[in-house]
Amino acid sequence: MTDVTTNPASETPASRKKTSLLTVDALTRKRNAAETRFKAYGVVAISIGVFFLAALLWAILSNGMSAFQQTVVSLNITIDVARLEAAEKSIVKTSKYNAIIDEALIAKMKDAGVETEMSGKDLRKMLSSGAAATIRDDVLANWDAIKARDGQVMQYDVLASSRVDGYLKGRVTREALARDKNLDAAHLDIVDQLVAKGTMVKSFNWDFILGTDASDNRPEQAGIGASMLGSFYMMLVVLFLALPIGVAASIYLEEFAPKNRFTDLIEVNISNLAAVPSIVFGILGLAVFIQFMHLPQSAPIVGGLVLTLMTLPTIIISTRASLKAVPPSIRDAALGIGASKMQATFHHVLPLAMPGILTGTIIGLAQALGETAPLLLIGMVGFIASNYPDGLADGFFSPNSAMPAQIYEWAKRADPAFYERAWGGIIVLLVFLLTMNILAILLRRRFERRW
Amino acid sequence: MNKISSFDETNDMTDSKITARNVQVYYGDTHAIKDVSINIKPQAVTAFIGPSGCGKSTFLRTINRMNDTIDICRVEGKILIDDEDIYDPKVDPVQLRAKVGMVFQKPNPFPKSIYDNVAYGPRIHGLARNKSELDEIIESSLQKAGLWAEVKDRLHAPGTGLSGGQQQRLCIARAIAVSPEVILMDEPCSALDPIATAKVEELIDELRENYTIVIVTHSMQQAARVSQRTAFFHLGVLVEEGLTQDIFTSPRDKRTEDYITGRFG
Repeated sequence: MTDVTTNPASETPASRKKTSLLTVDALTRKRNAAETRFKAYGVVAISIGVFFLAALLWAILSNGMSAFQQTVVSLNITIDVARLEAAEKSIVKTSKYNAIIDEALIAKMKDAGVETEMSGKDLRKMLSSGAAATIRDDVLANWDAIKARDGQVMQYDVLASSRVDGYLKGRVTREALARDKNLDAAHLDIVDQLVAKGTMVKSFNWDFILGTDASDNRPEQAGIGASMLGSFYMMLVVLFLALPIGVAASIYLEEFAPKNRFTDLIEVNISNLAAVPSIVFGILGLAVFIQFMHLPQSAPIVGGLVLTLMTLPTIIISTRASLKAVPPSIRDAALGIGASKMQATFHHVLPLAMPGILTGTIIGLAQALGETAPLLLIGMVGFIASNYPDGLADGFFSPNSAMPAQIYEWAKRADPAFYERAWGGIIVLLVFLLTMNILAILLRRRFERRW
Repeated sequence: MNKISSFDETNDMTDSKITARNVQVYYGDTHAIKDVSINIKPQAVTAFIGPSGCGKSTFLRTINRMNDTIDICRVEGKILIDDEDIYDPKVDPVQLRAKVGMVFQKPNPFPKSIYDNVAYGPRIHGLARNKSELDEIIESSLQKAGLWAEVKDRLHAPGTGLSGGQQQRLCIARAIAVSPEVILMDEPCSALDPIATAKVEELIDELRENYTIVIVTHSMQQAARVSQRTAFFHLGVLVEEGLTQDIFTSPRDKRTEDYITGRFG
């Protein structure tokens, strides 16, 4: 008896040994090790993700930030109205302006104390080939003001050529210029001196954000502004078509449609549409909107229609998900006091589903904003979007590019100066996407707080 | 089979608000309610009791056609309210549900203010011509639901911020606000603590004077406390119906007796 009382463990089955909570047994240790390993995998996975994100951002910012700065030379140009009028009467009008620029350049060299044998024409290689046209455009736009200032000296900030700009940004070296017919190493000596004098400076490049695209040999003038408008008009089309159609379709399918084989089929097809490669939508748009309906090529309206088709499944799926997430008790409550199905849906279910719908819509829009492939097929690339749309109708119907298409266009051009602009364009696009995502989060918060 | 004659004498057809005759309910292939006939008295509380899955909630939901919202649900037979067949093709379920209100198992106030919760019904049915009439309806509904004193200072606070019992009384106020004739309650106290339950039961007893109340309950004590008549359902069949004290003291059917003595269910 005493033996038993001093050793109660002998009463329990043999398989169950007396254990202490203070020592960890083998099974528990194994379990804990597995858990620790799993957590470590998670940390590793997240670290890899963060690393790639950081690398991506670093690549984009380091390559693209320079696009937001552009080298300019300030020239003092004496206004000679008679000469300007003569220029307008000549056949190649900008050539007369080139002569004016040459003189101003030589004068500038003297002021800056730069000794050079070069002719004005040679010196002009340091400037953008669009410089004459830029000055002329300005003169014509302000003709009355210019006339009043006859004989006075006006200061113009003229764009430096992309080679000079690249030199200041560290992209172009003297060695690289040995095989370049556009600029010589001798020019760079002058550039160094002008920079030292403060005549040639890098300034913030508003024209990159607001300007239009420029031709292949003037990368220094290219801007993303026109294609930003193109994207804006496309997004208008998408918003005003995809949101109402998508939300109406989801509400009908979710709340009203009878559940039968036909609606099941529709449901499956909508899910499948979301996974259709975007280029397929592009070729569909080409066939239907351009070849069959004869809508204008390269126009934002066509791009918008194609992107609408592409965004609809996303919006429908997210809207249906958020409608499904509304507890059925709310519907019962409304129906139970005699609301019609439509009243129950619009008064109670829809407001509750609104944050989800808005988030889905904005995510869909953001997706559409960054979509490139369908735009290639409807011809929004391969030309220079050098004009701003002229009014609302023109914005929808005249050829324009869109931001991602413009980036693609720049990336495939030969001049490395365009490469920098492609990265810069990506920064602009990302800023838009980030803004839209923040908007989605804010709207979500705002609507959710109301309940 | 002559069902009606098997009812006790206290239940004659002449004095009944709701009359169900040979009601069958099918969910797809499942025969959920089998040939139920019952007379429900006006200005009284009728309790439906029975084990889980016996069809008492399903039958309750046929009375205001809430089953219409379930696609696969099919109802046969006749349900008359004031001698009008509610399954007549001419009947709009929306109008019916204004006449037959419902309170659900889980309190389900709208995620709006207390005021808007009660005001919703009168608004959609156009019961108030102006703001002051609406205010009146809301005050009287909340008063009838015994909630006025607790919420009169915070009518514009969200209804979802109330306690469970208050929420359920708010749901009752919301149902009353459209001045229904019948109120259906589907286990209204199953999510409430005993104190809140007592309050709701008290309220049900008060409401009896003005409304015909049908309540589904799992708790036999509750049925005994609040109801005048009780119907016992089992496996989709209405086994027995009669005065509550008769059902609980001298059940005629063996199954009823087994259930109320706790032998199954």
